Amino acid sequence: MTRADQVTGESAGARGRSRRARRGVIVVVSACILLVSGVVLSAALGQLPISVANVAGSLLRAVGIDNPWAPTDELIERTLWQIRFPRVVMSLLVGATLAIAGAVMQAVFGNPLAEPGVVGVSSGAALGAASAITFGLAFLGGWTIAAFAFVGGLIATLLVYATARAQGRTETVTLLLTGVAINAFAGAGLALITFLGDNQSREQIVFWQLGSINGARWDEVAVVGVVGACATAVIMAFARQYDLLALGDRTASHLGIKVERLRIASIVLVALLTGAGVAFVGIISFVGLVVPHLIRMLLGPAHRMLFIASLVGGAALLVWADLLARTLVEASDLPIGMLTSLVGGPFFYWLIRRNRRQSGGWA
Amino acid sequence: MSDDTTGSALRVSHAGYGYGSRAILSDVSIDVRAREVLALVGPNGAGKSTLLSLLAGDVDPVEGTVLLQGRPLLEWSAKERARRRAVLLQSNQMVFPFTGQQVIEMGRAPWIGTPEADADEEAIARAIGFTDSGHLVHRTFPTLSGGEKARVSLARVLAQEAPVILLDEPTAALDLRHQEDVLRVARALAAAGAAVVVVLHDLSLAGAYADVVAVLDRGRIAATGDPAEVLTPELIGAVYGLEVRVIPDEDTGRPIVVPRRGSAGARGSSLAGREATQQ
Repeated sequence: MTRADQVTGESAGARGRSRRARRGVIVVVSACILLVSGVVLSAALGQLPISVANVAGSLLRAVGIDNPWAPTDELIERTLWQIRFPRVVMSLLVGATLAIAGAVMQAVFGNPLAEPGVVGVSSGAALGAASAITFGLAFLGGWTIAAFAFVGGLIATLLVYATARAQGRTETVTLLLTGVAINAFAGAGLALITFLGDNQSREQIVFWQLGSINGARWDEVAVVGVVGACATAVIMAFARQYDLLALGDRTASHLGIKVERLRIASIVLVALLTGAGVAFVGIISFVGLVVPHLIRMLLGPAHRMLFIASLVGGAALLVWADLLARTLVEASDLPIGMLTSLVGGPFFYWLIRRNRRQSGGWA
Repeated sequence: MSDDTTGSALRVSHAGYGYGSRAILSDVSIDVRAREVLALVGPNGAGKSTLLSLLAGDVDPVEGTVLLQGRPLLEWSAKERARRRAVLLQSNQMVFPFTGQQVIEMGRAPWIGTPEADADEEAIARAIGFTDSGHLVHRTFPTLSGGEKARVSLARVLAQEAPVILLDEPTAALDLRHQEDVLRVARALAAAGAAVVVVLHDLSLAGAYADVVAVLDRGRIAATGDPAEVLTPELIGAVYGLEVRVIPDEDTGRPIVVPRRGSAGARGSSLAGREATQQ
């Protein structure tokens, strides 16, 4: 090989990297713009319309900057800080955690169709949380429901993992069929618990199966925020290892990755992220499928960028979905889980069709 | 590190391996030395891939030892092992659309955080040049053909720059020219000081490029040594159950192994004979 070849080889790598980095910045910035506009509109729109200036003013005042736009009306201030903002922040957090949970699951299973909702992790978590509500368990205070959701989600993830992984690869059909079985079982469990519960818990559980961010409180937001931030920090540190995992288990281990340890840690992280979200807003499917998939098409599969962009993209998607959920039909709050499934279902169908065309069916 | 391991990069001593009562390898001893290409040959099911797994550290032998630079292979940490031995497997599949460049860069992962990471760019460029895969770096891995995947994967293994390199049938998906190229690369690596183990099906390739040939037969080493001494019609006939002719290459004098196709009857009977002994 000549020196000239080496020079072009080096610059090819550098060129590819800088092009990818530039696209990454564009995508993340666009997603941020979507996110900010979604946040502002969500805070402004509703039964009590509030001007964008009032929203911005109230936020600025909260961080200690006095300004002329801040609302003087106590009702507006209370609406913003007790109803709208917690709801907006909750939708951001849940969107981000679900998107990242989906991306991690796809990395661990080496399969782009793995998603917490589809394979039953979300319904497992919902079953756990519903048990805590119906049986009035509260020994961990405000964390009880979240803890039960985590345990339910963890059991579901372990079941899927134990069933669908064989000889270092994931069989797509087994993965999806396991999801069907777990969703069916958790659905029946939820029905049973709904049947056993009193009227109040019944209502709460029905809401969950549909998914809704209505009535989010700051203490709940804090739980999701803390869990989400910790889990995401660990996941970001694993990003490079997930890249190597794409080479297959054996090759990843030949490159120095402790594959089994990485997988077990990832499964716990997915259950944490999904459980935290599901505990308070119910089952919101397909966010973890749609967002990472779109990001991968735009930016390629490298996981560091995938996680960052999915975080922002998932947050933006859910804040807009929630805005639609509560403004689409006047004076009523549509379940957001229903909305995401209305979009995600056909998308999933398209993915399956495309996959079938490309690989000639399921092996 | 004791004196007797000097020059030996990877040494297998009296190793045995199996599932339950079925022995896949028994009493296998081989010595993989720096500056040498060792070809591992043998019929299907003789235990070549299992032996390669032992050498790679995927599994621990049930009996015997595997020493990497004088220390038990699995006592090294995963990362230390990755800096000392690189492995190319037979099948290199990938679901996600990483580019060829990204896949080759993954070979540098064991060196992150070490001074050697400064040499990443050169190592990657060298690996691309060695494997003639410069035109594949911008394509996504899942869209490559079998042979192209094999070349990019080989580049990834070379980028790892480990002193011990294990190649499991690297020529299986390649055309005639690229088969020769891969083994020339193996020779060049050995000349540069690496210890190279290559599992091969083509005995003529083994004869042409290996310094040492080890023949596996039903989990045991049937013979090991210089290709010209090991690759005899008698040994190959006994191990493969096939009559062959061994012809010295006109240019190099190295052995070329060709099946005797003249008498179908002879081949049929010897195959039947082998099956009878296996029952």
